[in-house]
Amino acid sequence: MGNLESTLGLIIVLVTVALILVLSLKSWRAKHPPVFRSIPAIQRLRRALGLSVEEGTGIHISIGKASLLQPSSTSAFVRLATLHRLAQMSATSDQPPVSTSGDGSLAVLSQDVLIAAARESNTLQMYQSDHGQLSGVTPLSFVAGALNVVNDPRIKANILIGNFGPEAGYLSTASEQNDAFTLAASDSLSAQAVFYATASEPLIGEELYAVPGYLQYSPAHQSSLQTQDILRWVLAAAMIGGAILKMVGVI
Amino acid sequence: MKSPVAAFVAFFIGAIVLAGYFIPASPLQSIRSSILDWTVVLAGVAGLVAILNLVFGVHIKRIREKAPRTGFSWAVIITFFIVFIAGVIFGPTHPSIQKVVTYVQFPVEASLMAMLAITLAYASLRLLQRQRNWMGIVFFVSTLFFLVVNSGVFSFSSDVPLLRTLVSAAHQLPVGGARGILLGIALGSLATGVRILIGADRPYNN
Repeated sequence: MGNLESTLGLIIVLVTVALILVLSLKSWRAKHPPVFRSIPAIQRLRRALGLSVEEGTGIHISIGKASLLQPSSTSAFVRLATLHRLAQMSATSDQPPVSTSGDGSLAVLSQDVLIAAARESNTLQMYQSDHGQLSGVTPLSFVAGALNVVNDPRIKANILIGNFGPEAGYLSTASEQNDAFTLAASDSLSAQAVFYATASEPLIGEELYAVPGYLQYSPAHQSSLQTQDILRWVLAAAMIGGAILKMVGVI
Repeated sequence: MKSPVAAFVAFFIGAIVLAGYFIPASPLQSIRSSILDWTVVLAGVAGLVAILNLVFGVHIKRIREKAPRTGFSWAVIITFFIVFIAGVIFGPTHPSIQKVVTYVQFPVEASLMAMLAITLAYASLRLLQRQRNWMGIVFFVSTLFFLVVNSGVFSFSSDVPLLRTLVSAAHQLPVGGARGILLGIALGSLATGVRILIGADRPYNN
């Protein structure tokens, strides 16, 4: 990286830190409460969770196969936050949520998250070793293992959120065939296209990162969504400005 | 209670790795590279722990509880122990172990990918039933359009200047769309990374 790129990168990170901290402040949030556009899929997810708790059916959350060592690891943290929030929201259900993943470290973290959520809701005695499982270590073995959970007749909601390849189409298709609620989101373009064709509630693009914020996980999640919006406007303005300057021959 | 020590260690390590990325000072680079090496080792250990949990905590538990379809669990356990013991004795680069990968795992995965093409073709046909809105129609029409454009039907367009420009423009459309989506994902990744760095998100500290 050149000096200019390094400096620019550092400035962007520092601006993001400052924005998230300022927008998380209680006083700021009281004056400017965050307002987000509605995402119908997430509203229906809340409804599906409520139904699952009422009926005592299970929820399966598949958090994908991205390793924490890959650049796509940030989506792994979003998935863990989502898993924690969903586990909190379904704490009163007779069936604790089950999580599947395709990476060892992610599987260990998902168990930690599920145990924490069970401890918070005093349901630790319901937690079992297969609630946070590594279903396979290669993309297709992961999907084959997760299919076993998707096809469990007790599971009535499948939330596929994370880094998947096109093979995740098997999971969404099986879920739809079982008449289960299917919300699917990925940071991979090929998986997004597959989910759009095969899942009833697909999320596109950065909507994946919005899930914890929309489920009101914490003020920091909501402020980071606002920060993303601000940065998006800045980026759009910079791109349009750059195109105009290029057209008139300034750069 | 969430431990402030764990949060501090995570912040400190995260800040060093991030600083090592932006500041080209050699001591910082060597610390960063050592930390990343430790991470790789830890991730390997975590992988082994998760695999042992899959065998003992999931499949042996299923057999013990007499769950339905335990045949798959038996297959997983027996195959795991055969491959694991052979891997420990001969090493992962031994030709016999490589044959397991080449002649068992690759063909099975290739056939699953082939079946996926049929599954997805069927799902595409049902797309308009599921997504009965204008976005669904746009998705369906653009899928057909780009299938035709990329099939080579317009290969004669190189002789017709106007058609060549139109086909070239059509090829640029998905690239533009993909870049837009990837920019949104990049911003999401940045915000998530920062949230973890400042300790607002602590998946390591539950």
